[in-house]
Amino acid sequence: MQRSNKDIWVGLFVLIGAAALLFLALQSANLLSLNFQKTYTVTARFDNIGGLKPQTAIKSAGVVVGRVESITFDDKNFQASVTLALQSRYSFPKDSSLKVLTSGLLGEQYVGIEAGAEEKNLQPGDTITATQSAVVLENLISQFLYSKAAEGSEQPATSNKK
Amino acid sequence: MSFWNPADVGFAVRGKLADLGRGARLFARLVGDVRGLRRFSLVRDQVHFLGNYSLAIIAVSGLFVGFVMGLQYFYGLQRYGASESVGVLISLSLLREFGPVITALLFAGRAGTSLTAEIGLMKAGEQLSAMEMMAVDPVRRVLSPRFWGGVIAMPLLSAVFCAAGILGGWVVCVPLLGIDAGAFWGQMQNGTDVFRDLGNGVIKSIVFGFTVTFIALLQGYEAQPTPEGVSRATTRTVVVASLAVLALDFLLTAMMFSI
Repeated sequence: MQRSNKDIWVGLFVLIGAAALLFLALQSANLLSLNFQKTYTVTARFDNIGGLKPQTAIKSAGVVVGRVESITFDDKNFQASVTLALQSRYSFPKDSSLKVLTSGLLGEQYVGIEAGAEEKNLQPGDTITATQSAVVLENLISQFLYSKAAEGSEQPATSNKK
Repeated sequence: MSFWNPADVGFAVRGKLADLGRGARLFARLVGDVRGLRRFSLVRDQVHFLGNYSLAIIAVSGLFVGFVMGLQYFYGLQRYGASESVGVLISLSLLREFGPVITALLFAGRAGTSLTAEIGLMKAGEQLSAMEMMAVDPVRRVLSPRFWGGVIAMPLLSAVFCAAGILGGWVVCVPLLGIDAGAFWGQMQNGTDVFRDLGNGVIKSIVFGFTVTFIALLQGYEAQPTPEGVSRATTRTVVVASLAVLALDFLLTAMMFSI
């Protein structure tokens, strides 16, 4: 009698622990949204990806439509080659363009995909070349400083611009 | 007798080395005794004793840690207008650090001490020697079930702690401070990864389960068989286990979360 009582209590303890783990996995880590949706991959070339990491969200009109799968460096044309896993239920025109965007002023970066106008849709394995790089603050500041300096020395401002 | 007498220094160093060696041998025997898990009723009794009885203190501490974290993160983040991120901060700090570490510290105080005192008194009362006389191996009969019981209980307790903490953070942030519930959970779910954060936290708590339970058993097993010796061993359990957990936590964090 006493033995079986203890069994029940230990069982309850294990159950509570497992329930806590399940709660953490589902509610806080969002296990369900991870990878159970079918995806197709396309690659994109970026001049500069900024702080992009694998698993970064890809959003269209603010809705998450996929995740960045992997990022490699292509030493043929010195660009970043980013593999994107887009959800199969969404299709985009072939001439869609990509941007590395930031949510808010200090928020995390994500990839924005903007639909093009072409009739054909992106197929698995396609490459997107119409991309816009991440905004690098240092470049912006140095461009701004150069143009300011150019104005100051009374030179035509266009000569120093890249 | 001078402290710097070479013979004394040598004696002390040899003593420490011998302690370390005995400890390592005991650890190897306990870890190697996976078959001890087959004596299920013994292990179950220990899970009951170490786990069920620690559940209340762990859950309540988790809840209060969650409350406090909710308040502090909210006040800190409000300056930057980022108070919605409080959810992701709570979940990351709980899953990665506070959950496993505080659980291990509480477990050392709540369950480790009782293990040490129990084993130490068994030794002082010569019960362990009596077992050996009857050709029963006290390591396998007494220590091993307690060891595996602690190793099983720790990750579950840590998960309960994290869950209680997140609920506590939710209670403070959403109903009391008025953060939007969708932002709270949404940011948390975006920023927390199942394997990277939750998985590593569980690995940490398993490692701490091994550490704390083993240190408690070792201190009891090596205690001087006198009332004073048992009391000292109990104190040492808390001190050594806490230090070991904190140091190991630093190492594990450096290994797991380095980019």
